[in-house]
Parts: sequence; C-alpha cells; structure tokens
Amino acid sequence: MPSPDEMAYYQQEDLLKIDSRPPKTAWMDTPVDFRPGSFIYPGKAKNLEILDLPNPRDWAVTDDDWKLPDDWKKIVLEGMAERLSKYRSFRLFMDICVRCGACADKCHFFIGGGDPKNMPVLRAELLRSIYRKDFTAMGKVFGKLAGARELTTDVIKEWFYYFFQCTECRRCSVFCPYGIDTAEITMMGRELLGLLGLYVNWVIEPVANCFRFGNHLAIQPHGFMDTMEFMVDDIEEATGVRVGLPVNKKGAEILFVVPSGDFVAAPGIYTCMAYLLLFHELGLDYTWSTYASDGGNFGLFTSHETMKRLNAKIYAEAKRLGVKWILGGECGHMWRVAHQYMDTMNGPADFLEVPKSPFTGTVFDHAQSTKMVHIMEFMADLIQHGKMKLDPSRNDHIRVTLHDSCNPARAMGLLEEPRYVMRKVCNHFFEMPENTIREQTFCCGGGAGLGTDENMEMRLRGGLPRGNAVKYVQEKHGVNQLAAMCAIDRATLVTVCDYWAPGVLVTGVGELIANATVLKDETKRTLDLRMEPIPGMEGDDQQGDTSDE
Amino acid sequence: MNVFVSLVAVGGLFLLGLLGARPGMGWMFGVVIPYAAVALFIGGLIYRVMGWANVPVPFRIPTTSGQQKSLTWIKQERLENPHNTLAVIGRMALEILFFRSLLRNTKSELVEGRRLVYGTDLWLWLAAMAMHWSFLIILFRHLRLLTQPVPLCVTFLEKVDGFLEVGIPVIYVTSFIFLAALAYLLFRRLASAKVRYISLASDYFPLFLLLGIGISGFYLRHLDKTDIVGVKELALGLTHFAPVVPESISPLFFGHLLLVSVLLAYFPFSKLVHMAGVFLSPTRNLANSNRRVRHVNPWDYPVKLHSYEAYEDDLRDKMKAAGVPVEKEA
Repeated sequence: MPSPDEMAYYQQEDLLKIDSRPPKTAWMDTPVDFRPGSFIYPGKAKNLEILDLPNPRDWAVTDDDWKLPDDWKKIVLEGMAERLSKYRSFRLFMDICVRCGACADKCHFFIGGGDPKNMPVLRAELLRSIYRKDFTAMGKVFGKLAGARELTTDVIKEWFYYFFQCTECRRCSVFCPYGIDTAEITMMGRELLGLLGLYVNWVIEPVANCFRFGNHLAIQPHGFMDTMEFMVDDIEEATGVRVGLPVNKKGAEILFVVPSGDFVAAPGIYTCMAYLLLFHELGLDYTWSTYASDGGNFGLFTSHETMKRLNAKIYAEAKRLGVKWILGGECGHMWRVAHQYMDTMNGPADFLEVPKSPFTGTVFDHAQSTKMVHIMEFMADLIQHGKMKLDPSRNDHIRVTLHDSCNPARAMGLLEEPRYVMRKVCNHFFEMPENTIREQTFCCGGGAGLGTDENMEMRLRGGLPRGNAVKYVQEKHGVNQLAAMCAIDRATLVTVCDYWAPGVLVTGVGELIANATVLKDETKRTLDLRMEPIPGMEGDDQQGDTSDE
Repeated sequence: MNVFVSLVAVGGLFLLGLLGARPGMGWMFGVVIPYAAVALFIGGLIYRVMGWANVPVPFRIPTTSGQQKSLTWIKQERLENPHNTLAVIGRMALEILFFRSLLRNTKSELVEGRRLVYGTDLWLWLAAMAMHWSFLIILFRHLRLLTQPVPLCVTFLEKVDGFLEVGIPVIYVTSFIFLAALAYLLFRRLASAKVRYISLASDYFPLFLLLGIGISGFYLRHLDKTDIVGVKELALGLTHFAPVVPESISPLFFGHLLLVSVLLAYFPFSKLVHMAGVFLSPTRNLANSNRRVRHVNPWDYPVKLHSYEAYEDDLRDKMKAAGVPVEKEA
C-alpha cells in the first residue's frame, strides 16, 4: 500500500475531481484540515538552535498544542507593526486590495486543488483580517463587517498551512491590477510564524546546513571534491576529454556559483557536468568555491534576515579569492536573490569589476553594479559571436520544450536568452501554450521550500497546470524532454512529469548545450552526459530537420 | 448578510439625506456635511498617502512581465519590463489609464475532466474600464455646476457625451455606461461563487453607494427635475466659501448629495483608496535596473554571519586532506 508521501497513493481521476465550489461555511469559520500529504513537518529544534532562532522545540503539526510562547499574541502583533513600518509593499498590499478576484484562478494550487484559501486574494485576507482588527479604524469599529477578526491559535495554524502552500511564484502579481504580490504577503506571514519558532523542516534544515557548510545539503569540502571528481571521470568517459576542476582558486577571473541541488541528484548533475565541460572547452579562468558552494538561498523562504545571512558568503568569497566578477548557474530562486536582493543586502561590490566576457569582449552593463551575470546571458553572447562550435543534430533525438522558471521570468525577465540558446543547440524546440510560459509561466508546484515528499498531494495538485501543458506538447509535438533553468525544477518537475505527462524527461539548458558542443579534443562522441548512447551518432553526421513551432 | 447590510446602509443614508429639504435642515445637509466630507476626503487621502510614503521600500521588487534589457541584440519589452524612470512612467500610465494588468485576465477551465484551458476573459476589464472612465467623465461634467462661466472644455465634453441627442435635456451616454457597468460588477460579485465567497460588506457598500448616486443623479436630471438654478447657487456658494441654501431644492437632490458626501468621507478609509495606492505599488513603479543600479535599504542592519575563517577553522583538516587550498595551515 503506498503512503500519502508517494505518488502512487494518488489516482489521477481523484485529483482531477476538482471542486472549486466554496464550502458552505464562511472562510473565517472553516478550520484547517491537516490531512497527510498536504502539509510539511515542523522545523526541528536543533536547526533553530544552529541559527539562533527563537522558541526551538520539537512539536507536531497534528498536535493540538503547538507549544507557542506565552506572549505569542504580543509577539505576532508587534512583529506585524514592525514590518508594516519597514516594508511599503506590506503596508500597501494590506490596504488596497478590492477583492476583484482576478488573481483567483491564476494560482496553480487553486487551479489544481480548488481550496478557496489558495486563491491569492484569500491567502492575503488571512493576514489582512488581523491587520484590520488591530491596525485600522474601520476594523476596530465594524469588526467582522469590515472583514476583521480576532487573532487566535487557529489563525496561526491556518497561516502555517496556507503560507506553506504558496510557492512565492508571483504569477498572481502579473495579473493583479495593483501589482499586489502574494510572495510579499507569504514572506511576511512566514516571518511572523518564524517569530514563534514555527518553521518547516524542509526549509530550515537546509538553511542551517547552508549557514555552516555553505550549501543546503551540508556537503563538506571533501564530499564536494569527491562528487566533482566523479563527474570529471564521467565526462572523460563520455567525451575523451579530461576537464579541469578549479576549486577555491585565488586570482581566478570568475567565481562560479550554482545551486547545490545540481551536485547530488540526476538530472541536475548533468547540468553541473555541462558547466565543467563548457568552461574547460572555452578555457575560462574560473573557480568553484566550497564556502560559497550554494547560490541557492532558502533564507528567501524564511525571512529577509536569514536571506541576508546566507547570501553574504557570495561577495565575501569573491573578495577573498580576488576574482573580477561572478557568474551564476541555472537556478530560479537563487537568481531572485542575486538580482533583487544581493546588492542591496550585501553590496556594494565595489571590489569587483564590471563583468566582461573574456572571449567576446562584451561588457555586461546591465550587471555593472551587482557584478553577477547569468549563465544564459553569458552563453547567448558566446553563441551569437560564433565562439561555440555547435552540432545541434546531436540533440535530434530530443524534442524539447522550455519551462520558464518563476523567478528568472517574473523577477528578471530572462526570457529570450534561453530561447535563443535552445534554438541554436536543438533542432526540435516547441513552446507550450502561451498562457503557461514566459511571464505567465506556471510554477513546478514545489518551489519556496514545498518540494518535499510529505507534501506530495499539494505538489501534484500544484504541478497540474504545468504537467497539463507538458502533456499537451507531448501529445501534439511528441515532446520528450522538458528543459528548466532551475535546480528546484529539475528536482520537482521529474515527479510532476512522471505523474501528469509520463515519458517526458527533465533536463537543464546547459546539458543541451554541452551535448551539442563539438569539443576540440573529443573522441568520437557516442555517449551523452547521461552516459546514454546518442542515436544517430554511430554512423555519419546527419542534419536533422529544423522545426521551431 | 454582507449584501443586505450594505444595501440597508445605503438606503438608510439616502432616506436620511432627504431630510435636507426640510426647513432649517438645508445648512446641515447642504453645507456642513459636504464641507466635512470634502475635508475628510482631502485630509484622509493625504494621511493615507503620507502613511505609505513614509514607509521605506527596502528592496527593489518589480514584477517583470516581459523581456529584460540585457544583451544589445535582444529586444527588450520596455513597457512590460522597464529599465529606467521614463519606461516606468510608460508602464504606470498603461496601468492607471488602461488597467494593463487586468487586460491580461484569463479564465482557466478543466475541460473533458482532464484538460486545462485558458480563455481570455475581458468582462472584468471592460466593466472596470467602463465604470472608472464614465465616472470620471460624469465628475467632469459636474463642473458645470461648480463654475461660472462654464469652461469650454466642459461644454464640449457634454456635447460629445450627448451625441445621441435623445431626450430633453439630452441623455448622456456615460450615465448609462456607468450604471450598466456598476450593475455588471454587482452581478459578477453575486453570481460568481468564488467572488461571492471573498466579498465583504465593504465590497458591496461602495457598489450600492455608487449605484445610489448614479440612479438618483439620473432621476434628478431626467425624471424628477430639481431646481437646477438653485442647485448651482448652492454649489457656487460652496466653492466660493460663501454658502447659501436656496429654498427650492428638492429632497431627492439632498439624498443624492448625502450619498456623494458619504462616498467622499468613506473613500480614504476604505478599499477605494486603491486609486491613490496604485501609484505607489513597488512591483509596478520601480525599474528593473536591479543589477545596474544599487538600491539602498535605509534600515539595513548587520546580521550574524558564519565567516570564511570560521568555516575553515571547522573544516581545515578535511579541506587539506581533500586537496582544497586553505588560508592557514593550522
């Protein structure tokens, strides 16, 4: 018998019976149903202690008593007051929503689950109702009529459930006429929960690891070297080329930062191997770092302060190693942090130089302050300048589509760079329907620290819109791979595809580039980076037909 | 419940307003309350806007809805992903004048029990545009009552608005559009189970209030004509701070006026304040120049870190054994 944390526990026809009719009871009178598969286990005391976070203790979500501190109510209200005075976004988003409902069916969790509290507007009302009660005249005078309610432990439980059912993907904020960003609301909600010591372990353990060891997975330096050397061996076996492995190398031109998820599990490791291979082929003077061994930052899913604590190592390491600028790999939330927070939190990076490609001379002006360039910007520039010898026919057995990751799409606008690259390295690239890509892209369902198996039901539900779009191109164009520029995607979309569009594999864009790259010293290429035979590479080089629908 | 309370409240206010035509009540309903309402409107709006403006924007968090400005040969979508102030002004203008984001609205539906489809859904956008723009034009038309001589632009707008040339006095198109749009917005709120579920009394109240104002205004012009000369005398008196209350004004006008006064006074303290707030929204009014220009957080503070030195101290032996360079040998 499969358990609720396994995919096989859920029948597609059951999940697809989505009832989006609201319950009979008003939302304020509808308590949370903590059913297995739809919530995440609490943060363990030891992890909170490592980070000096308040109220470390062991507790269970299904307990009646969550062992809150005695003055929990005061802590929450004071925490709210403080944040209302520090973040204009929070204050404004509490005030100006008109409940038009345009956001409602934009959330992947609402589309796939139908729970009204997963409508972004209602998720925000969970907080807004308390704000009204304690911070506005209308709420004080008119109470429930004005949408205000009392702060109780049930409200805290409801916050915990629903703020960990939001992946901070920001899709709703694209559609909101006032730009209300539920990610901001969720971040505030999680910060307030954090003041009471309420975290999920899937987030706070990686944070504790990252704080001590530089990466979420607690990979220590010797483990890092083992992993990477293993990849170097595999690359040699596949290509005949022995690539270099520069680690903590002082005076390198570039510090290369990636999400640590790509060090350990397929298919992320193939992307990591691709970096090693491409940089070696280019002759890039760069270095990995064991201390800054994660650009990913689960602090973003914890609190602004924690984000800053984890992010500080990037600039610190760049300074220590004396590099000129920073290059960042394929990752979603890492780029939200690098693009929108890093310079403000831990800059100015005045000890670095404005990034300039050593091969094309292109100066990346748009990154002149942060001094960090996205690998797709870097690669697109190289390919456009004809610096890469590419043979896209090596990817002819792949019919691929691109999943825009939430953060590069909606926090940066990195849309054309990966498309340009993919068209150069693949002959068979197909777009998913327009309402599911680019700025309207759907989340994988497991971002913002929700990608754990105990949350399987919500992951599958939240993954439905993406899975459905993949299924569509699979049936229409025979798509067999989904490329994603994000380590969380590469972990969670495997499950989503297996469930909703079985037969579609997940890959990184870098992996596609590496497989299409003709190396100077390569032996006859018969294997790709997955150590699988490349169809058609046994005989003469063939040119596949080009299609780009 | 929420609907009922709101409807009763607006109805009650209207009936209360009728009292303004009673002898001796004209000053209260025609002068004191309107002045107080305008004062609350202006004061309240300033208070709210200052309240937001005084809160810092610690991080630059625009929601990007198009291609960024990066490599020179990749075409940036300026208005969806602005990189400087000018482009931001363009984005904001689209947002405020044409409700750009609402124009993206889609409806998702599961068809055949297994296929998700997304259709364009422009009804909300259309009704919102119709309501807001016709409301603005109606307000503008009211300048006829508040000015002497009437500016040419007001007369011109009336001509355009009354192009159908039906009725005496001529019926304005915007009057109908305004009422029809409000009726649709109310219908939508009640008919869609989702939207009904999230609706508060404070969502219905402004709708009923605006409907009350619109309907009573239409009555005043076409069906139960009031003494328009008297109304203008009252209005001019108010704008010139020399109030007079003519005897001849009908109760219906005072009902209309009280609802307008309530709207003004209620405006800054309710969701209607989105009119001012939208200008300050950090996901829309900031340029996506994050990596080009550093954004400063005014309340930034130092946090507890785990330095490289501490990291190496913890792991030096393992680093050395694995051949990773270290700063200190021991």
